[in-house]
Amino acid sequence: MNAPTDTAISVSGLVKTFGNTRALDGLDLTVNTGEVHGFLGPNGSGKTTTIRVLLGLLRSDSGAARLLGGDPWRDATTLHRRLAYVPGDVTLWPNLTGGEVIDMLGRMRAGLNKQRRNELLERFDLDPKKKGRAYSKGNKQKVGLVAALASDVELLILDEPTSGLDPLMEEVFQQCINEERRRGRTVLLSSHVLAEVEALCDRVTIIRLGRTAETGTLSEMRHLTRTSIAADLAGEPNGLGTLAGIHNLEVEGTRVRFEADTNQLDAVLRQLTSIGVRSLLSQPPTLEELFLRHYQDDLRNGQKQVGAAVSS
Amino acid sequence: MSALVGTGSLVRLALRRDRLMLSVWILIFVVTAAGSAGATVGLYDTVESRIQASAAINKTPSLVALYGLIYDESSLGALSMIKLGAFGGALVAVFSILLVIRHTRAEEEAGRLELVGSTVVGRHAPLAAALAVTIAANVLLGVLTALGLIGSGLPVSGSVAFGLAWASIGVAFAGVAAIAAQVTSSARAAIGMAMAFLGVVYVLRAIGDTAGDSGPTWLRWLSPIGWGQQVRPFQGDRWWVLLIPVAFFVTTTAVAFVLVAQRDHAAGLLPDRPGPAEAGRSLSGPLGLAWRLQRGQLFGWMAGFVVLGLVFGNIATNVGSFMESPAARELIQKLGGVQGLTDAFMSTELGMMGVILSVYGIQVVLRLRSEESELRAEPVLATGVGRISWAWSHIVIALLGTTAIIAAAGLAAGLSYAAQTGNANDFGRVFVAAIVRLPAVWVLTGIAAAAFGLAPRAAVAGWAALVAFLLLGEFGPLFELPQSVMNLSPYAHVPRLPGGDFTAVPLVWLVLLAAALTTAGLVGFRRRDVPIT
Ligand SMILES: Nc1ncnc2c1ncn2[C@@H]1O[C@H](COP(=O)(O)OP(=O)(O)OP(=O)(O)O)[C@@H](O)[C@H]1O
Ligand SMILES: [Mg+2]
Repeated sequence: MNAPTDTAISVSGLVKTFGNTRALDGLDLTVNTGEVHGFLGPNGSGKTTTIRVLLGLLRSDSGAARLLGGDPWRDATTLHRRLAYVPGDVTLWPNLTGGEVIDMLGRMRAGLNKQRRNELLERFDLDPKKKGRAYSKGNKQKVGLVAALASDVELLILDEPTSGLDPLMEEVFQQCINEERRRGRTVLLSSHVLAEVEALCDRVTIIRLGRTAETGTLSEMRHLTRTSIAADLAGEPNGLGTLAGIHNLEVEGTRVRFEADTNQLDAVLRQLTSIGVRSLLSQPPTLEELFLRHYQDDLRNGQKQVGAAVSS
Repeated sequence: MSALVGTGSLVRLALRRDRLMLSVWILIFVVTAAGSAGATVGLYDTVESRIQASAAINKTPSLVALYGLIYDESSLGALSMIKLGAFGGALVAVFSILLVIRHTRAEEEAGRLELVGSTVVGRHAPLAAALAVTIAANVLLGVLTALGLIGSGLPVSGSVAFGLAWASIGVAFAGVAAIAAQVTSSARAAIGMAMAFLGVVYVLRAIGDTAGDSGPTWLRWLSPIGWGQQVRPFQGDRWWVLLIPVAFFVTTTAVAFVLVAQRDHAAGLLPDRPGPAEAGRSLSGPLGLAWRLQRGQLFGWMAGFVVLGLVFGNIATNVGSFMESPAARELIQKLGGVQGLTDAFMSTELGMMGVILSVYGIQVVLRLRSEESELRAEPVLATGVGRISWAWSHIVIALLGTTAIIAAAGLAAGLSYAAQTGNANDFGRVFVAAIVRLPAVWVLTGIAAAAFGLAPRAAVAGWAALVAFLLLGEFGPLFELPQSVMNLSPYAHVPRLPGGDFTAVPLVWLVLLAAALTTAGLVGFRRRDVPIT
């Protein structure tokens, strides 16, 4: 049953409803063994719900999900020994110390690497003797992270694990994840921190409204988007306005500013050099722009639907 | 006064959250008081019978320690309500403590006040709102209790004094809880601290009451419970005494508000002691975790039940002397002489302990629910721990914990009873009579488990069932409900031991029913979504 496979997680057509809410609406997700996979989407798009289905906590209405070669619902306990999970909001027992929680959760999985545990405590600057209620939000989060990172597991499922961490600790977290990757572990990382995703993730899946919007490496995704270009030209910017692949053109005398579809860059640059270029500034799309486009599509689509409903 | 901004909306929030729970609590108090009055009013119809019974109580130190003194031995109201004045008052105090902590420290610990705190709520608003709700609940409780007593046929003035005495105890302990909520940083520790205070002042008044005229009777004036008793309802109604708890409340509340200003949000005044850096060997599975979370409560309940058992075993042999009226003598005759009366007393008290023990059992099982909805179950269920073993870890503590508690109580009652009679056989009779309460208790824990697994959002069904069975037992005979309706309550099937006939069949049925309910809950839990919040 648990034969090693190339895909650690594969999900297709997953549907999950809560009453009238369709939290997942045909979601697809593939995470290859050994990669760090970013899982992104606006609030309420279904990331946590997907993770809970993968953990066998929620039962999907339809669709298929495989985890480490097993069925997340049926084989839950055996699979859980091979993975570690950090929720977005780590809640601790008020009377248990952080150290006790780390050890306990580790023992409930396959076991804990004691040396690594102590090393992680040091790196995250975490006091294991404090009672659960006495930790700050960020320190609670660290308890969950140390418990997961010190466990001997193949797969880490992290749901917004760094919410509340200060920049210094964010740095430590990124180092740790890179080490995990080197050890050959697979990581599913849901996050709203784009810099973190950019720094860590081999591949990314963006979802919205419970459906996969886009998936691939970051460079693949960049390719599908626009590069912003600002240029000072030798003459009048003729012909630019009618060229395919150019958007939001602004002209100020010989200065132009526009966005070009990345796969149309060749033609666009040829047109520019034919006019003559004095200076050129080209910016690849930032991850922010990439995501904002997806996130805003939601809003725009929503408005369109509302508009359509009103006009019909 | 900006520190109080938002108090109104917090009060509304609290009332919306708690309206059902508050109504049920208040109803239980009113019904118990009125029912108890109604049951005794007809029993002592002559002045002589009352004087005789009251004098007998006043001459029994263990009773005086538990319930207090009767100051006017001819008063019907004083005799009717002796069991409830101080003892019931202590339960009113518990009600106040839980209510105040629930809306102050518990909220803060859960991080919810932080959210409210950063919006439009002033620094003092949460405490002010909690106190406002608690005071209002206590006043309502007092007024309704007074009306209930009047309805049962007791004099108006004394009834009002009794209701207000209860309310004044609740009000005084609201102030105590307000301070406790500032001192510790955990809700459990705050409750523990306020309860410990309650225990101490209960004992203070017990010493004062049993001291005799030359002893330190003034000790009773150091106790909010003592103040409630010194109002002396139905025995002169000393209204001015009510000013003491009010002054006490004002002072303690003022201190609490000063403390709020002194401390940081979410912190207590007492520093949190550090604990172990590594988990002990026992903390490696679900059962170890459940034991760690539940053990403190188990030991507390056990201690309380041992004390109750000792007292009941000790006073049982004196019961005969309280009932010298013709009506009572007729009752004794019916019960089969003094031995029968003593047995009936033990049986009644053990029955009451069985009902109270169900509170513990339900509470332990419903911990599953709070672990789930406060998202502490999720990380555990995401490890190799299976759902059944996680749920079972708490259920098994409910089953074995109730067993241990009632066994300890039976042991204590049996020993102190046998010490009185000098007959070793009595120990066994009383112990068995305590143990037979268990199957009915397990049915209640089973109902809670079934609700948790099958209808988690309606997990309060466990409490609803307990209240329903309690009301059925109290009022079924009064309204002459048919036996088939009364039989709906598991408590109706418990053999009336000691003294009655022992029949195993109903007990076996109760155990099977409890097993079926628990299994249904476990199966339901294995199939459903987690967490349902
Ligand atoms: N138990 C539940 N009952 C009802 N609706 C739910 C439940 N859990 C999630 N939802 C709904 O399902 C949708 C997806 O929620 P989910 O928590 O998966 O989003 P998310 O992507 O994790 O969002 P965030 O970035 O805010 O964490 C939301 O509309 C949410 O309101
Ligand atoms: Mg989420």
